Amino acid sequence: MSTASVTGPSARLKWIAGVLVVVYALITLMPLLWIMATGFKTSSDAIAYPPKVLFEPSLEGYVNLFTTQTRQVAGQVSTPETWYERIVHDKGMVITGPSRYGERFMNSVIIGFGSTFLSVFLGTLAAYAFSRYRVPLKDDLMFFILSTRMMPPIAVAIPIFLMFRSLGLSDTHAGMILLYTAVNLSLAVWLLKGFIDEIPREYEEAALIDGYTRFQAFRKVVLPQAATGIASTAIFCLIFAWNEYAFAVLLTSGTAQTAPPFIPTIIGVGGRDWPAVAAGATIFLMPVMVFTILLRKHLLRGITFGAVRK
Amino acid sequence: MAEVVLRGVSKHYGETAALDDMSMTVADGAFVVLLGPTGAGKTTTLRLIAGLEAPDGGDILIGGRSVLRDTPAERDVAMVFQQYSLYPHLSVRDNLAFPLRSPALRTPEAEITRKVAEVAEVLHISHKLDNKATALSGGEMQRVSIGRALVRAPQLFLMDEPLSSLDAKLRADLRVELKRIHASLGRTLLYVTHDQIEAMTMATEVGVLDQGRLVQFGTPREIYESPVSLYVAARLGQPRINALPAGLFGGAPRGAKTIGLRPEHIRLGEGRDAEVVRVERLGDQTRLHLRLDGHDIVTLTDPHSDLETGDSLAITPRDALYFDASGNRLS
Repeated sequence: MSTASVTGPSARLKWIAGVLVVVYALITLMPLLWIMATGFKTSSDAIAYPPKVLFEPSLEGYVNLFTTQTRQVAGQVSTPETWYERIVHDKGMVITGPSRYGERFMNSVIIGFGSTFLSVFLGTLAAYAFSRYRVPLKDDLMFFILSTRMMPPIAVAIPIFLMFRSLGLSDTHAGMILLYTAVNLSLAVWLLKGFIDEIPREYEEAALIDGYTRFQAFRKVVLPQAATGIASTAIFCLIFAWNEYAFAVLLTSGTAQTAPPFIPTIIGVGGRDWPAVAAGATIFLMPVMVFTILLRKHLLRGITFGAVRK
Repeated sequence: MAEVVLRGVSKHYGETAALDDMSMTVADGAFVVLLGPTGAGKTTTLRLIAGLEAPDGGDILIGGRSVLRDTPAERDVAMVFQQYSLYPHLSVRDNLAFPLRSPALRTPEAEITRKVAEVAEVLHISHKLDNKATALSGGEMQRVSIGRALVRAPQLFLMDEPLSSLDAKLRADLRVELKRIHASLGRTLLYVTHDQIEAMTMATEVGVLDQGRLVQFGTPREIYESPVSLYVAARLGQPRINALPAGLFGGAPRGAKTIGLRPEHIRLGEGRDAEVVRVERLGDQTRLHLRLDGHDIVTLTDPHSDLETGDSLAITPRDALYFDASGNRLS
């Protein structure tokens, strides 16, 4: 006896759907798995043909990623003391110092989270104002804000490059945070306005009568209820800022360079060091992955927002 | 002292006038019910007094002082909304404590605990204090929201159809409870409703609004027994007053256009013959739908009446209300 409701899918349909999801997941996750696996291969395994699916794992890629090395000079080689020194030693190399990857990664963290914070902070205030106050030309302004997303941001790369150069913002953290905030802000305002529109005004009015000022009502009543919207907006903003490549290549080179333009420049000895590149990409993926998994419930609501009402 | 005075208050939303030169005086300690159909300006009146909207003209005084320049927080009023009244992210306890924790009051925590417990006791929600506000039934939510007004003991309570979303039983209970609270606190209370029973049972005075104007203000009995117009007469009475051409029965005064007949104005068993169209037996009473010269008349009769559809029944008016062509009452 089946207990399935008449409107629900049948067991067979569910089974087919399950298979389709697994196939789709395999297709989309394959490149990701390949990159992660490559990070644990040796240089020769990484470029082996036919490609190796089974291999002996090695941390060579990760050691190369985080260190700079030079060839051993006979007579000056000290005996390796740690496991990573041994890996390098066995290849006939010696560690001369840390690589720049850690620095670039930190730049990504500062710029990514900094611009996300700023976008969400300014976006929430603007969205609140658009949602609650009588703003002159409100609809036109909202359209204007949206219109900044109608072209690919990179279309304005050259003017921005020139502006940044004159303002001394090239290759600075502040410059990149400003730029990513400017690009993300339109999305943040639109998403958050939708969320704040859904919070009934009566709550704030009740708080006003209960003895709070407008700003206190915003902080104590509106913000906690907009938490879902703020979280999903933050994810979208972070994903863009974290993965952005074109502006980062164009506007940063030294101090403020983020990880995306840095990773492909990791050069090994005698050809590109694919395991190190893969290791860099794998580590780079982690923060957004963790962030997204932690907030995935909100993300789902953010994507389906407007289409589904609770 | 919390006498509330509205002096020539106007409020427009775009082209439409929500309130048009409205004047009203609510005595200290009164329980005033505002009646009127949707759009008459009842809610606008409350919002203007609370300070959620600013009037376009006129003055509002609470306790003899103009409050136009005061923020809602400074006016020391509490308001119960029709819906959306609880902060969904807070527990019942925190909802009740919310006004006490405001910068306007800054109550010490010990006193908050005491007052919240006290109010929860009165409203029978003590066992729900640690629930999330969203985990309550409709009736409990509305009691919490009334409780949030009560913890503060403000000089003036404003209530906007607080019972309209509740079921009949709970309505009846809370009606009694509100009346009791009003009697024991002795604060001024302004109450908006559509519900006749609420108006008749709770109010010390009723104000009837029509298109942003106060058309009559008086005790519920005055409003019911001597309405100034057909419009006011139609606000109270279940079933509604029957408005018929004045000449239907003869004997109408000069200038009368309409005769208004409440059930108690219709004597059964004599006069003109009407056809019984429908008989509704409600248990404690029986409603008769009659037709006379093409006019529908609804009246009440004995619960054990054996009248049937198609019967003929003689009716005649008794102490009826007469109205002129513009709907004003003729005395």
